[in-house]
Amino acid sequence: MNGFIELLAEYDVLGAFWMNVTLMAIAAVGSFVLGTILALFRISPVESFRAIGTAYVNIVRNTPLTIIMVLGVLAVWGQLQVEFFSSFALNFFTYAVIALTLYHASFVCEAIRSGVNTVPLGQVEAARAIGLSFLPAARIIVLPQALRGAITPLGNTLIALTKNTTVAAAASVAEASGLMSTMIEFNPDLMVYIFLTIAIGFCLLVIPMGILTTWLSDKLSVAR
Amino acid sequence: MRTKLASAAAVAAASVLIMSACAPSQTGGDEGGEAEGGGDTVRIGIKYDQPGLGFREGDGDPTGFDVEVAKYVAEELGYTEDQIEWVQTPSANRENALEGGEVDMIFATYSITDERDERVDFAGPYFVAGQDLLVRADDTEITGPDALDGKNLCSVTGSTSAQKIKEEYAQGVELVEQGGYAECVTYLESGQVDAVTTDDIILAGLAATPENAEKFMVVGNAFSVERYGVGIPTGSEMCEDINAAITQMKEDGAWQEALDTATEGTGYTPDEELNNGPEAELESCDD
Repeated sequence: MNGFIELLAEYDVLGAFWMNVTLMAIAAVGSFVLGTILALFRISPVESFRAIGTAYVNIVRNTPLTIIMVLGVLAVWGQLQVEFFSSFALNFFTYAVIALTLYHASFVCEAIRSGVNTVPLGQVEAARAIGLSFLPAARIIVLPQALRGAITPLGNTLIALTKNTTVAAAASVAEASGLMSTMIEFNPDLMVYIFLTIAIGFCLLVIPMGILTTWLSDKLSVAR
Repeated sequence: MRTKLASAAAVAAASVLIMSACAPSQTGGDEGGEAEGGGDTVRIGIKYDQPGLGFREGDGDPTGFDVEVAKYVAEELGYTEDQIEWVQTPSANRENALEGGEVDMIFATYSITDERDERVDFAGPYFVAGQDLLVRADDTEITGPDALDGKNLCSVTGSTSAQKIKEEYAQGVELVEQGGYAECVTYLESGQVDAVTTDDIILAGLAATPENAEKFMVVGNAFSVERYGVGIPTGSEMCEDINAAITQMKEDGAWQEALDTATEGTGYTPDEELNNGPEAELESCDD
């Protein structure tokens, strides 16, 4: 027990986890918006839009997140010298959020598309029959039902996103896994406590998400 | 219930089979690495990614100052070069590798600290380094940590060396932390950062690689003391022999030679005072 107290007193564990939560929250909103747009691309009647959506998903989903993160910092910042903010902390935070957003948008897109598949074809035909074109039909008829059917895969993506925020350490963001390296470097005598602190921290973040996802998917499922 | 019991028994039997199938290969592995008590080989932990100190590409011969000291010590302990088995020990793994018996000793820029001493023992130090700055060769502005206000600085995640500068010397410094020093050096070259900080000898090793030759220099104004020790398992009997070997290496000139080779062309010289002063005094092997 003393080990935990020593770690919490000496290092800003909460602050580091708060950084993970912030990254997760902003990237979750960003990837949801981008993912929804991509899903619209993929179900659109225009062939070139579908091709763009498919290409994005296949390329980004199959690129490891670390590569995207390192590409941003090493190439775009390091060599092309693109700077969003003059403050390094804010600049790298932005890079991390962009990388997380781009990567997870492809998974959100696929989750929503799986939700779209749960909407019976008759719904779309009925929408067309009352004179709705593609976008209004998608907005009013298809997406509301699709999102309710996609809660479980969306929740899974959110959980993956939460854990993937640790990759932001590669972009110089001071989050939990970076703090773990620091703690191991300076307090190897507390190794087991360090591991448990980080592991428990992530359990506390992720387990409620899983419970909430299950509860929501039951509550909001479309009764047909 | 019966079927459940039967299937449980089947699973148990199967796992016993699997375990016994694994067992012979494990003993086989142990026989090969029978290093405790002066057997066939000695397993030495080094870094693979620090040019000038511990560097290895693929299965090639490792190079660097740490490696040279390790070879010398191993020879004094009665092992030829062929009997050395090199093992990669990244910073976060060093204590575990010693405790788990994966290596017999570690030469990997391993600073002696009280916290580490609780889990492992140290022989040495074989070198005393100090935190310093690496800057572009044409930079005359940055002469020490105080001159870093308004500058950009790079270091490695999980080291507080950069934090220390921010807290103690220059509050207006912007920090970027990366996975390795190689990234930092590319930023230094492209101009995105103005200095890289860590132990002086690591910086000198980076600056001495052929692709970085003549581009960077070590400022040479060390502002901390890092005593590089030889990590050994707690209670290891090799401690005194290692200390004797290090003393001899320093006396017969091989130490200086290895150091000169590792940092050639960087104009770097290790701090005379530190390396001959009280900080360089060998650890006692009694605790």
